[in-house]
Amino acid sequence: MNTLDGASRRSFLKQVLSGAALLSACGGRKLLAAEPGETAAKSRVVVARDVQLRGTGSTVESGRMLKLLDRAMQAQFDRDKPVEAWRRVVLPGQTVGVKVNTLGGRGIASNLQLVEAICERLQEAGIKASDIVVLDGDSEEMEHGGFLVAMGGDRVQCYGTDRTGYEQELVEQGSVGSQLSKILTRRCNVLINVPVLKDYDGAGITCALKNMYGVIHNLNKYHPNGCNPYIADLNMLPEIRTKMRLTICDATTVIYEGGPGYKPEHSWKHNALLVAQDPVALDSVGWQIIERKRAEMGLKSLESENRALRYIATAADLEHRLGTNDPRRIIKVEV
Amino acid sequence: MFGEHDLQAAESRTMRGERNTLDRRWFMKCAVASGAALGTSGKPAAEISSGGSMQKQDDARFVVEAKFYQKLANKKIKCKLCPRECAVGDRERGYCGVRENRDGTYYTLVHSRVCAAHVDPIEKKPLFHYLPGTEAFSLGTAGCNVNCKFCQNWDISQARPEQIAAEYAPPQRVAELAKQNNCPTIAYTYNEPVIYSEYLMDTADAGHAAGLRSIVVSNGYIQEEALRAAYGKMDAVKIDLKSFSESYYRNVVTGQLKPVLDTLVTLRKMGKWTEIVYLVLPTLNDSDAEFRSLASWIKTYLGVDVPLHFTQYHPEYLLKNLPITPVATLERAKAIADAEGLHYVYIGNVPGHPAQNTYCPKCRKLLVERVGFTASKMQIRKDGSCPFCKHPIPGVWHV
Repeated sequence: MNTLDGASRRSFLKQVLSGAALLSACGGRKLLAAEPGETAAKSRVVVARDVQLRGTGSTVESGRMLKLLDRAMQAQFDRDKPVEAWRRVVLPGQTVGVKVNTLGGRGIASNLQLVEAICERLQEAGIKASDIVVLDGDSEEMEHGGFLVAMGGDRVQCYGTDRTGYEQELVEQGSVGSQLSKILTRRCNVLINVPVLKDYDGAGITCALKNMYGVIHNLNKYHPNGCNPYIADLNMLPEIRTKMRLTICDATTVIYEGGPGYKPEHSWKHNALLVAQDPVALDSVGWQIIERKRAEMGLKSLESENRALRYIATAADLEHRLGTNDPRRIIKVEV
Repeated sequence: MFGEHDLQAAESRTMRGERNTLDRRWFMKCAVASGAALGTSGKPAAEISSGGSMQKQDDARFVVEAKFYQKLANKKIKCKLCPRECAVGDRERGYCGVRENRDGTYYTLVHSRVCAAHVDPIEKKPLFHYLPGTEAFSLGTAGCNVNCKFCQNWDISQARPEQIAAEYAPPQRVAELAKQNNCPTIAYTYNEPVIYSEYLMDTADAGHAAGLRSIVVSNGYIQEEALRAAYGKMDAVKIDLKSFSESYYRNVVTGQLKPVLDTLVTLRKMGKWTEIVYLVLPTLNDSDAEFRSLASWIKTYLGVDVPLHFTQYHPEYLLKNLPITPVATLERAKAIADAEGLHYVYIGNVPGHPAQNTYCPKCRKLLVERVGFTASKMQIRKDGSCPFCKHPIPGVWHV
C-alpha cells in the first residue's frame, strides 16, 4: 500500500486546493464550470450584438451568426480563439445536450443558425457529432420551430423527450418533485442552455432558468406565484446543476409583451446573444433589456404590472445560490 | 379517487396469488398491448378500440373547444372551470396540463382520451349508499387541477396527456361498453374529472340516453357554473375532502378548502346524492380538533345523513415518509364524528372492519354488510327504509 509521508501529504493537499490536481486529471485543461452552490465573486455576462446579423433580409446569416458567437465566447472566456474558449466548457469524450426552446414556434424558437454554430464549434472542440443532442420537450414542437428531427447515425442528434420518455423515479428538490427527461439523465453529461429571451406572463420573463422546465414531465404544476420558488428549486436538482456548463441566450428576436407565443407586433430584432455561466446574472441582464424596450414602447414595467421577477431573487438567495442578481456583482461586457 | 389504486393493490394482495401488487404502469402496459381495458377484479372491460396504440400529441380526435373560459386581450384566456382561474397565454396550458390555448381559443386535449378504464364494484369509489352490489364502468384521463403530495394516481393525474398511453373512447362507445359489462353506472374517476368536464358531460348524456346513470369521484375544486352544468348531470357524487384546514390545502394539496366546502353546499342545494371521503394522513390532518370541526360543519351545512368515510392512507408519491394510518386513528375519527351526531360514518381501506357496514341509525340493526368491495348482504327495502324499524335510510338503493 502506498502512503504519503508528511511532506508529500502537505504537497498533495496544496495541489488539490489550488486545483492543480484537477488540472492534471483533465489533461492540463481547467474546466470553468461553477461548482454546485458556488457563486463567483463577480459574474460576467457578455452581450454580443451585430446590427447586420440579418444582412439585408429578415433571416439570420449563418456566417455572421458564427462570428457573433465566436466574439461572445472569446469575450466570456478571455480567449483569442473560439475553439480555445469552447475547450473551457467541454472535453472530448463528453456527450453534450443543447437545450433549446421551441414552445413559441417558428419566429421565436431558439435560432437555427445559432444552434448550428454551437454544434460546429463543439465538434471543433473535440465532441463527436453523434455525441451532441439538441433537445427540447417535444419533437413536433422542435419541427415547428424549424429543427430537423434526427435520431441515430453519425450526425448531430435532434429530438424531444417524447422519443425517449421520462425517468420513472421522481426527483425532489424543495417545492419540486418531477420525472426527468431521459435525454438529460441518460444521454448527456454536459448541458448547454440555449433559451430565448421573451416576456412571459406568469414569471415576468422566460430566459435561462425557466428553460429548464423543458426537461421535466409536470411543468404545468410550477407556474403559480410567478413560478416562484419552482424555477429556482428546479435548477437546484443535481441532474441539472452538475451538468450545466453555459448559457447562450438567443436574443436575436425578443418579445417584450404578450409572450410566450410569438407576437411579431410586440417583438423586435435585437440581433444579440447573451452568454454567461451564471444563469441568474444572465436572466437579470435579459430582464433589463426587456424593461428598457417596454419603457421605449410606452409600456409599464413588469413590476408595475405585478409581474416582477421574484424567481430571480430566490435563485440568488442563500438557500439556492444559483448565481447573483446584484448589479454590483455583474460585469456586463458588450461586444 | 385516491383510495382506489390502493384498494386495488390491497385486493390483489389478498385475493390473487399470482400478482403481489397491481400498479397502474403494469395495467397500462397490458391494456395498451392487448387493446383491452382490464378490470382489476379480473373482469375485462371489453375493447375500447381495436389495435390501440400511443396517441400522437396533436391527435385531433381528442381536441375539442373547452367550455368555461373567457377570452382576453393578446390572445390570452382566463379559464373559469376551477378556482385557479388560470390566465393562459397563447401556446400555453393551464395548471391541469390538459387544457391549452391555441391562438386565443381554449381547448381540452383529453376529450375521449381514456388512459384508465376498469369495471369496479361501486363500493370501491367508495359509494356506500348508491346501488350497492352493482358495478361501475370507471374511466379516467391524464391531468388534475391540484397536486396532492399523497396522490395514489400521480402517474396519470400529474402527467400531460401525450405522456400517457390512451385509447379513443367517445361517449357513445363508453355507454356501449358499460352496457356490455352490465354496469348500470358510468364512473368518472382515477384522475380529477373536473379537468375533463366536457367529456364527462357528453358521456353522461350518452349514458342517460342509454338508460345508464353517472357518478363522479372528485376533489370538488370547481367553480359553481361548471359545477352546476357538469355535476348537475351526475346521479351521485363522491367528494374527496382532503382536510379541514386551509394551510393543509395550500401546502399539501396546492388548492384551497373554501371552494370545496362551497361545492358541497351547492351539491346539497342541487339535491345530488353526495358522500364524502376524508383521507387521514398521520400527523398532518389527524387531530381531534380537525375531526370535530369537520363533523360539526357537515352536520350544520349538509346534515347528519351525509355519509362520511375516513380512509386509511398508504404511502405514495411525495409523502412516502409517512406511515400507514393506524386503524386506531381512524376509529378515533369515527368516534368523534359519531359523537357529533353524524349517522353514517365509515372506515375505508381496512378490509373486514365492521365500520364498513351500514347500520340503521335508529335501531342499530345491520342493514348492509360489506366484505372487501362486496356488499354481501343488502337488507334495505325497496322504499329505502330499514326492514326492522322502517326508518328511512337515505341513498339510492335500487336500480
